[in-house]
Amino acid sequence: MSAKQDLGTQLHQVGINTRSYSGVANLPALIISAADWGPAAAVAKAQDWRWAGSWADTDAGRMHLYALLAQGGEYLLLTAQAPLERPEFTSHTPHYPAADRLERHARDLFGVIYSDHPDGRRWTRHQAWPQDWHPLHPAAEVRTQGRTAADSSYPFITLRGDGVFEIPVGPVHAGIIEPGHFRFHAAGETVLRLEERLGYTHKGIEALAVGRNPAGLLHLAARVSGDSAVTHAWAASQAMERAVGATVPPRALALRGLLAERERVANHIGDIGAICNDVGFAFAQVQTSRLRERWQRRNREIFGHRLLMDSVVPGGVAHDLNTTQITTLRADHATLRQAVEPLFDIFDDHPSLEDRLVTTGHLSAEDAGALGCTGYVGKASGQALDLRHDAPYAPYHELLINVPVQSEGDVAARVRVRMAEVHMSLDLMDHLLRTLPVGDIHAPLPNPPAAACGLGLIEGWRGETLAFVRFDASGCIARYFPRDASWFIWPALERLIHGNIVADFPVCNKSVNGSYAGVDL
Amino acid sequence: MNTAGIAFSVLQGLAYVLLAPLLLGWVGKVKATLQNRRGAGVLQPARNVYKLLGKETRVAHTASPLFRITPYVVFVATLLAAAIVPLLATNLPSAAVADIIVVAGLLGLARFFLALAGMDVGTAFGGMGASREMMVSSFAEPALLMAVFTLAWSAHSTNLAGIIDHQLSDARLLPSMLFALASLVLVAVAETGRIPVDNPSTHLELTMIHEAMILEYSGRHLALLEWAAQIRLMLYGALIANIFFPWGIATRPSLLALAMGMAAIVGKLLILGAGLALSETVAAKMRFFKTPIFLSLAFLLALIGLLSHVILESGG
Repeated sequence: MSAKQDLGTQLHQVGINTRSYSGVANLPALIISAADWGPAAAVAKAQDWRWAGSWADTDAGRMHLYALLAQGGEYLLLTAQAPLERPEFTSHTPHYPAADRLERHARDLFGVIYSDHPDGRRWTRHQAWPQDWHPLHPAAEVRTQGRTAADSSYPFITLRGDGVFEIPVGPVHAGIIEPGHFRFHAAGETVLRLEERLGYTHKGIEALAVGRNPAGLLHLAARVSGDSAVTHAWAASQAMERAVGATVPPRALALRGLLAERERVANHIGDIGAICNDVGFAFAQVQTSRLRERWQRRNREIFGHRLLMDSVVPGGVAHDLNTTQITTLRADHATLRQAVEPLFDIFDDHPSLEDRLVTTGHLSAEDAGALGCTGYVGKASGQALDLRHDAPYAPYHELLINVPVQSEGDVAARVRVRMAEVHMSLDLMDHLLRTLPVGDIHAPLPNPPAAACGLGLIEGWRGETLAFVRFDASGCIARYFPRDASWFIWPALERLIHGNIVADFPVCNKSVNGSYAGVDL
Repeated sequence: MNTAGIAFSVLQGLAYVLLAPLLLGWVGKVKATLQNRRGAGVLQPARNVYKLLGKETRVAHTASPLFRITPYVVFVATLLAAAIVPLLATNLPSAAVADIIVVAGLLGLARFFLALAGMDVGTAFGGMGASREMMVSSFAEPALLMAVFTLAWSAHSTNLAGIIDHQLSDARLLPSMLFALASLVLVAVAETGRIPVDNPSTHLELTMIHEAMILEYSGRHLALLEWAAQIRLMLYGALIANIFFPWGIATRPSLLALAMGMAAIVGKLLILGAGLALSETVAAKMRFFKTPIFLSLAFLLALIGLLSHVILESGG
């Protein structure tokens, strides 16, 4: 019995009617009613389904809501509809805490009404537009934007007590990082509560995507979060290719794998150094910055962009490799392997680093599971989730993936997972280059059937990343929604900082490194 | 003890003011080299101070007059404290008027004002920095005084020139001196805000101690505070160098002796600065709540120094 039938049966037992849905290419899906939206999540939760994201869409005069559930390597889409005039649904948040901000995002942008959502505060909407105006709702009038008002008077949840004080941090920080506001409640140096306020880099990605052609969409997707250019572009590309039923040449798929692993290595190396620098161990950052810089210069030389933007194109990749370039890359891998070996040994067992990183920022396996954390955040807290292993897509279906799992859940464990992933990525890239298939590097995308939908799922360096794409009748993009892994990393940060000292926040934050741009959209 | 003595005192004060940025630049340069970087030149801290002096000075509207006078109080108190610590010569009038307890007192005064100014503007960081600074100093000052008493007991004087003269005339490797030296080094690291207690180069507002208190300062106010911090670093360097390794310091106020004294202290500070850079390269900053343990160790070492003086040395 498939997972879909299984959940369908369970839903029927509690009186929830389901219908099979095949609107999204190659993905099992169930339609339920808007009122059953929340209760269905309760059933899925009881069946240990992992909640992997939710988004809204408007089509044919109806508001559609989607939620992706995962179990093992199987994915199941839930969908429900409501009239555009009053798009009322019950909420997933009471059952899946990670749904909170994604649902508030859909509420702010589409005007979805969640009748029993526990948190009525705005999220993506700052004070730039009025509360009753929803930019992605078809009935919204176009507004000419004047000067955007600064966001103020956001109702943070406050704690009271003897010696409890608030520390507001950001959105402008003392270093050069993305903007985000953190509201701490502390007693002495101990953090009692942290609440994040993001949305400062909202660019309107979802609106910008509408009306683009496939190549234009990938150009945009690569810029959702600059450090995940390949991840988001590949996810969007995979969604489109699935929607139209395109076949991508094997050589292109292998090269996409190579690009994704290059991105993973660059980010992991850079972050490992930055984590050490945040505890005053500058030596590490100097060394890893040097390695990362050389790596990115090679990106530019061979793939035309330091962050590999626009290297993934519809139906393939933009750059082919000749034999000299393959030799150069393989030599780079050998050099990097040699360079990181002694460095990783130092980071792994330097007493004064150990003193700072071990037990700091502990995320329990229960919290990681409840929030659906994937990537290094999940893996360091006992969640052995890796799309490349669980539901392998080409080229990973032919590769051996050992998911590095740690049980400690602290900063040190996340560093160890990242080190292991660097080693694994180097092996994977060597293998991909050794067995690089011959042939074309891209195939033309067939014309999309009207209203074709597809879902792309890619294991990015931060973890599972998805992209939802729907075409309109003319073959242009009608809806694009990228769900970065950071949607589940940010709530994890709020939990893992609990009980730590204020001064350890930067290193905890860096160890999970959620993307601001990736969730602000 | 005359006009020449006074002139040399002024000269020594000037040496502190002018050389302090270079010492910090040297530490930064050695650190960069140890990290395989080219790094900024040794003149960089001096250039920064010069640049800040030329910049507009902005003050928060919530600030009281205390916030404005603090940079001057801190700079003057630190400079006065430095003038008491013999740098080039021992028997100068500036050293004779005050002893090391006054040095500790002046540094305490500067810190007191800095902490008040940190809280004055009412930002969370200023208050946090002030609270942390006070915690560090409440552990560091007893250790400092205990180490000083060990020296004073041997020299029968709390006057620094007296202690140095005693060291010069009676140079023996005494266990109490080694303990006091170790204690003073730990205290100096904490009091000058260096790794592993504080990280002077951090950009992370939540981890700062000294930087958090001065976060709201700009322009010439910031220049004075940074300059004062550089002088304080040099003061501790001179204290350690001249008390425990006094050789080369001028005992007569003559130009030749003074030149020798200059060469000697420059050499000693270069070595101490390189040592600081090395220790900052191999160690990470410790957890903030380990600071009391670190400074308790300093106190314990000073106490052992005192005891070993009583038990092993004062009998003869």
